[in-house]
Amino acid sequence: MGTAQESATNIDINGQKPGASVGVLHPHVVGQAEMVQLLDVEGVRHADATFTPYIDALTAETVRGFYRDMAIVRRFDAEATALQRQGELALWVPVIGQEAAQIGSGRAMQPADYAFPTYREHGVALARGLDLADLLKLFRGISNGGWDPKENNFHLYTLVLAAQTLHAVGYAMGINRDLAAAELADSGAAEVIDPAAVVAYFGDGSSSEGDVHESMVFATSFNAPLVFFCQNNNWAISVPFEVQSKIPLVNRAGGYGMPGIRVDGNDVLAVYAVTQWALEHARSGKGPVLIEASTYRIGAHTTADDPTKYRMLAEEEAWKAKDPLIRMERYLRAEGLADDEFFEQVKHDGDEMAAHVRKATLALDSADIRQKFATVYAEAHPLVAEELAWFDQYEASFADAAAQISQGGAA
Amino acid sequence: MSTLNYFNLPDVGEGLTEAEIVAWKVKVGDVVAVNEVLVEIETAKSIVELPSPYAGVVAQLMVAAGETTDVGTPIIAIGQDAGADSFKGGPSAGDEPEMKPLVGSGPKADAVKRRPRRGQGGAGVEHSTPEAKALVTGSLPQAKPAGNRVLAKPPVRKAAKDLGIDLSDVVATGQRGEVTKKDLLSYQDRRTDEPKEAGGFYSNASAGSATGDPRIERIKVKGVRKATAKAMVESAFSAPHVSIFVDVDASRTMEFVKRLKESRDFEGIKVSPLLILAKAVIWAAARNPSVNATWTGDEIIVKHFMNLGIAAATPRGLMVPNIKDAQELSLKGLALALNELAMTARAGKTQPADMQGGSLTITNIGALGIDTGTPIINPGEVAIVAFGTIKQKPWVVNGEVVPRWVTTLGGSFDHRVVDGDLSARFMADVAAIMEEPALLLD
Repeated sequence: MGTAQESATNIDINGQKPGASVGVLHPHVVGQAEMVQLLDVEGVRHADATFTPYIDALTAETVRGFYRDMAIVRRFDAEATALQRQGELALWVPVIGQEAAQIGSGRAMQPADYAFPTYREHGVALARGLDLADLLKLFRGISNGGWDPKENNFHLYTLVLAAQTLHAVGYAMGINRDLAAAELADSGAAEVIDPAAVVAYFGDGSSSEGDVHESMVFATSFNAPLVFFCQNNNWAISVPFEVQSKIPLVNRAGGYGMPGIRVDGNDVLAVYAVTQWALEHARSGKGPVLIEASTYRIGAHTTADDPTKYRMLAEEEAWKAKDPLIRMERYLRAEGLADDEFFEQVKHDGDEMAAHVRKATLALDSADIRQKFATVYAEAHPLVAEELAWFDQYEASFADAAAQISQGGAA
Repeated sequence: MSTLNYFNLPDVGEGLTEAEIVAWKVKVGDVVAVNEVLVEIETAKSIVELPSPYAGVVAQLMVAAGETTDVGTPIIAIGQDAGADSFKGGPSAGDEPEMKPLVGSGPKADAVKRRPRRGQGGAGVEHSTPEAKALVTGSLPQAKPAGNRVLAKPPVRKAAKDLGIDLSDVVATGQRGEVTKKDLLSYQDRRTDEPKEAGGFYSNASAGSATGDPRIERIKVKGVRKATAKAMVESAFSAPHVSIFVDVDASRTMEFVKRLKESRDFEGIKVSPLLILAKAVIWAAARNPSVNATWTGDEIIVKHFMNLGIAAATPRGLMVPNIKDAQELSLKGLALALNELAMTARAGKTQPADMQGGSLTITNIGALGIDTGTPIINPGEVAIVAFGTIKQKPWVVNGEVVPRWVTTLGGSFDHRVVDGDLSARFMADVAAIMEEPALLLD
């Protein structure tokens, strides 16, 4: 994959080489065009000695399931966007374009593994078995979470950029301690703890946050069973990737002393395979792995964003040609793994899911700001009480205050 | 009777309070499905399409295209079944719009400016009721027959509207027959090249205005116009302006520009006297650093770099993009930067980042043949230079009147930072370069 010769020239800025002296870093760099790809844009399989066996081990049903999941989450995304435009959600974070990176990595996880998502991991949520309608509670403003993280080992969405990578390291270090404790208590073999691993999702923008650096230092130093899964979608809101890094992010893995894999993030097969490899590596006590999935945010950053203001249509078009669903459909049809009936069924299932999501969302209450006051601290707090009193007084100062309250006290 | 569902204008961004109806995609009587696009709206952030939350028959469009309306206002009524066309008039008491509260930063959070407070007397501003805003159904002025709707993407539609171009006049070359941005711009180029027709003063007035008097046109204040107005009022009434003027013999500048144009090094690069003025301003600001500053109230922030702003008329209105670190640029580099800035501005593609962090501005009013004026300082800066037209005028040289290329430079300064002697020295330095560009070699 990586050609050291070619790449080494990439990093010599302006042809200034520091020479071959001892102590001078001579990096091996994974270049812009290099990545693990098992399925190209035409839907043609490519063999890779390390990663192809993971795909060969799958049943046709599982491979079809990858497509189905990607199509379902895309349909869900469209419905949630519409609900936001209809005033039913305060905000929505579209995932379109990143389905393969999310379904591939999510499907590679075992039930005992644990995922720490950002706020865009709708595909991973589906793969972990969540009811997608639950995701919308947060975006409607009626819940700080929306689901029980322990039920599917899928953590709550984290809105603070990169913060979840620290949580993930802590959780992964905890797994190691559980294993160590079980070993000590062992002999009786009362309970056997299966090794598990953690996936920390983050993006190219977060990669510039200090939290990610700290996470990587701790994860490698303490050999935490963790996969850093970076979806490099090329845009941190309006900041292009070139501002985050001069070279592909995967190269940072070497600096921390962990393996790094750059994968075609729009190739669900490759993403599944490399994540499997990385999770096995982590579970077997060999420490963390960094995966950089090269993908693209086809839509806006959120429904409050307008990407036409900062990027060119031509770039979007170029990425649409690499669509993860289209290439998978080509592959399934060409190999005879799926027929028209299958694709119609998927569409039908998607519409049904969307109808369910819409119905569940409309049945939800509206946001109640008093509930926010109530959940700042576990116990009553004088400052919160004071602020709530101020807010009540403020609300009551309006002539139509009574009408407002009769609508359920939402504010 | 069928019941009507009302769709209230949602907050599609985070904390927006209003939006403009750009175009209706449906008309009264159309059958719509859930998630079918109803309308295109423009907010302070972007143009978006709103999908229908209801299935049914469109009974009423309650806000006309072109109107700006508050978040939370009902904009369309949709009947639940085909019986909806029996609908007459505004909603009766029983049909009260659901007014389902929007979540998050919806209308209630934003409602402060609309909701009347207690104890302000009964004569508070009346709410604009759905009835008041309701248009008589079926005859919206812009509801063209759906069949001949001109295809174009929202940004193109928006640009056409800003330029006052009817999209149906533009030759479409898009893949699906849509008008592209390029089509629009080339149409605009041709249009501006054509000499202005005489008598436009009266003939323009026919454009629909709801006032009843066809001779009066009402233009909604919004977007860049609104922002410009706010910035100018803020600047004019917070910074005490002092303006000074100086006449300059710019003949040597004209010669210099001519020679640059002929030089091989500047081949293909547009060179104008503005280039020399820009260089002169940078040079003079370096010698008088306090004109390149910001007043904060507690501090004067003097900038030892020059983000040189150039006021530009663009399709979207007045913009002041700036050339970052202009002090680092060679004459040629500056010329290229000026060209790029002008081209970007003219194409309406100036990015917000291009307009931030300006330190001193030039306004080239001479391009329109004007001698001079008192410019208003760009907020956050303390000086602005107005460049008048350069034309041949009588000038006294060694006691004889001779024709020379003469211009007037005007400068406005924030007196909180820049006193009379400093502004005079700065302007004299700029003038000196215009009189003798060779001083730049200094």
